[in-house]
Amino acid sequence: MTVTTVLYCGHCGREVADGSHDDCRQALTMEPPRYCERCRRRMVVQVHPMGWTARCSAHGEVSS
Amino acid sequence: MNDILEVAREQVLERGIGLSQEQLIEVLRSPDEQLDALLALAHEVRVKWCGEEVEVEGIISLKTGGCPEDCHFCSQSGQFTSPVRSVWLNIPELVEAAKETAKTGATEFCIVAAVRGPDARLMSQVKAGIEAINAEVDINIACSLGMLTQEQVDELKAMGVHRYNHNLESARSYFGDVVTTHSFEERWETCVMVRESGMELCCGGLVGMGESLEQRAELAAQLAELEPHEVPLNFLNPRPGTPFGDMEIMAGKDALRTIAAFRLAMPRTVLRYAGGRELTLGDLGTREGLLGGINAVIVGNYLTTLGRPATADLDLLADLKMPVKELQKTL
Repeated sequence: MTVTTVLYCGHCGREVADGSHDDCRQALTMEPPRYCERCRRRMVVQVHPMGWTARCSAHGEVSS
Repeated sequence: MNDILEVAREQVLERGIGLSQEQLIEVLRSPDEQLDALLALAHEVRVKWCGEEVEVEGIISLKTGGCPEDCHFCSQSGQFTSPVRSVWLNIPELVEAAKETAKTGATEFCIVAAVRGPDARLMSQVKAGIEAINAEVDINIACSLGMLTQEQVDELKAMGVHRYNHNLESARSYFGDVVTTHSFEERWETCVMVRESGMELCCGGLVGMGESLEQRAELAAQLAELEPHEVPLNFLNPRPGTPFGDMEIMAGKDALRTIAAFRLAMPRTVLRYAGGRELTLGDLGTREGLLGGINAVIVGNYLTTLGRPATADLDLLADLKMPVKELQKTL
């Protein structure tokens, strides 16, 4: 099993240890992540009618 | 003085004549205690002049981000510090999205690009996409590609585009506070060309961007003047990094009054729930709007944000006993 360490907020891109991200978690129920949680690079995101994909140039793709 | 609802009942419900800008201001200023009656009247108008059916549509972004325009509500402008990155969708994924949309019972699939207007590359991609979709999916195809030349209008019609979306976005008197890189008149010209081509015109806007009630009425009246087949009504969803990113979300009751006002301005149009309704209205408000003048929905996700699950809207329509419009029919 691979354990991925979440260092950055997928919504705002700040470090997850930097303050509360309650609003970000709420926002992520209605929008895809824009930042890679491992390196905070901005991801290339494609929203589809029934889902989304988000690709980090260093860490690959995540999807809904 | 006659109560505006009595006037609307006689003028719009009985005779099918939309309210004027001045009358719409009265509607938008009506008190909360009148809201239920206003929505009920707007629903009666919708059923009488459009029927019981609801039109379902899905949308997809063919070209996301990197737009040269500065629409202050939009996260896809290349002029702001929005986190949205530029990306193009390939044809197989476009076809897959059309299939997903058709499975929901939708009759419309709208291909959208974040551009000022289409260049040769985009027109070529759209043509290839339409041909690929038509080969595999039975659905009407709409496009939203920004401002067009007459030649591009003719090309899109020849490709078989059923409906073209180009919103006014806001009232003429407020437009300069929303967009500075092109004019209201440029948008208007594209809308007129589309309408005159025989393609169905889809033209709406956003509310909750700081405009006054009077300007909201002005937008409805200006849309009515264009006589669009469809009016998508968006509620501002403030996007991070945009000039409107810190605006408050519009109050639900104001949003519902706006829905009713738009219906009373345009009794025969397809009035569609578009972006922002989830935040502005929530589940209960979504239901109230469908019983207050709305007769079309975008199901599933939007261009850069997510919507309610398609099943949630389809279940709601079934619960409200509102049939979904079938393909090859017009409202």
